Amino acid sequence: MGYQWNWGVFLSPSASGDDTYLGWMFAGFKMTIALSLTAWVLALILGALVGVLRTVPNKTLAGIATAYVELFRNVPLLVQLFIWYFVLPELLPTSIGDAYKQSHPVMQQFLASMICLGLFTSARVAEQVRAGINSLPKGQKNAGLALGFTLPQTYRHVMLPMAFRLVVPPLTSEFLNIFKNSAVCSTIGLLELAAQGRQLVDYTAQPYESFIAVTLSYVLINVTVMTLMHKFERRIAVPGYIGGK
Amino acid sequence: MYEFDWSSIPGALPFLWDGMKISLVITLQAVVIGIVWGTILAMMRLSSIKTLSWFAAGYVNMFRAIPLVMVLLWFFLIVPRFVETLLDFPPGSDLRLSSAMMGFALFEAAYYSEIIRAGIQSVPKGQIAAASALGMNYAQAMRLVVLPQAFRNMVPLLLTQAIILFQDTSLVYVSALADFFGASYKVGDRDGRLVEMLLFAGAVYFVICFSASQLVKRLQKKYHPA
Repeated sequence: MGYQWNWGVFLSPSASGDDTYLGWMFAGFKMTIALSLTAWVLALILGALVGVLRTVPNKTLAGIATAYVELFRNVPLLVQLFIWYFVLPELLPTSIGDAYKQSHPVMQQFLASMICLGLFTSARVAEQVRAGINSLPKGQKNAGLALGFTLPQTYRHVMLPMAFRLVVPPLTSEFLNIFKNSAVCSTIGLLELAAQGRQLVDYTAQPYESFIAVTLSYVLINVTVMTLMHKFERRIAVPGYIGGK
Repeated sequence: MYEFDWSSIPGALPFLWDGMKISLVITLQAVVIGIVWGTILAMMRLSSIKTLSWFAAGYVNMFRAIPLVMVLLWFFLIVPRFVETLLDFPPGSDLRLSSAMMGFALFEAAYYSEIIRAGIQSVPKGQIAAASALGMNYAQAMRLVVLPQAFRNMVPLLLTQAIILFQDTSLVYVSALADFFGASYKVGDRDGRLVEMLLFAGAVYFVICFSASQLVKRLQKKYHPA
């Protein structure tokens, strides 16, 4: 094969002049991390809320929460992303839509990506939270109510502290997914890791090195997150449960 | 306020239907390859031959650590180049689309193999013991005793994965295949009606996936009344 391997290409100055190609990759890496972490915070907050609502006795609230989960689970992520990015600004009141469209393009891409990933993942988090709450013995809720707690107090002091601990291991895989799913945001032009990989192929003419480096970066993120989460899972495991020590 | 104009949809329906057919073909192909190759991987993973089980574990963990978008880009941009130089294909032959479809199936096989492995492990050990007591060898025990039971237990999970896979097919957008989503985008872009076309595409995906998942739920209740 006539292919010339050249790993040194990453250290050569990039087409923009003020950086190396390694710098491009690192910029993409930072973007992927920033996007995934902010979206994850959004997903945890909304997911916890929706997950709890799915278990409450109030039929209307539970119904709204169910509709939310079904909506975000049954439309492909890519379609959701395009709707946030291309459709929503058109449907907003003109003043807000215009303000959005006049903001920095990277800001627009990042906001749309973050909201999209956050909400998409929140529906999955909600399902795990609901499963966690439903896995609690019925006696816990009844005991709380028998002690004179109101329903919100029972959730707050009895059920949720347990449920949130039980739900950590299944959430690990959602956390891993959000990093992988963030690659979809390259389709609207956000320069995260996958998009930088594509750019590197075009600019360096060293496709193998570029793609291997980007792929290994994703593996690195995956392994790091898994290691950290395993430590966290051990610390937070509930004694007496399978998985708890 | 935005003024909706849905008039470009009716005329575009045949084109969109062609796209939908591509989405369905990719889904079907990936489900079939995913289940067959996933079963082989699962059996390798559970095998007592170390080399096989390491290979399967490496394969599955590798694909599960990488975003699907990256896998598709690999198989769209890099693999065809490699194969064409390696096998000395005549210039002008275009492997990219079949390569992307292949990459999609290989990726999904990693996820299927995990489902199937869990399914095989859910069959009680006594079943294999009973099969060998009857004089069956390992392959016969697997084919005639273990796998039929495992697959019966797995049907709902395999179908749920197929729904996820159908949604994932929209990502072949990165490889310029005109699947249903790609077709909708093209029509919207051409007519300046991206808003309507994207909402329409979203609604179609929702109706298909929601109905399919409700069917799976029913099936699950029938097979495993809780």
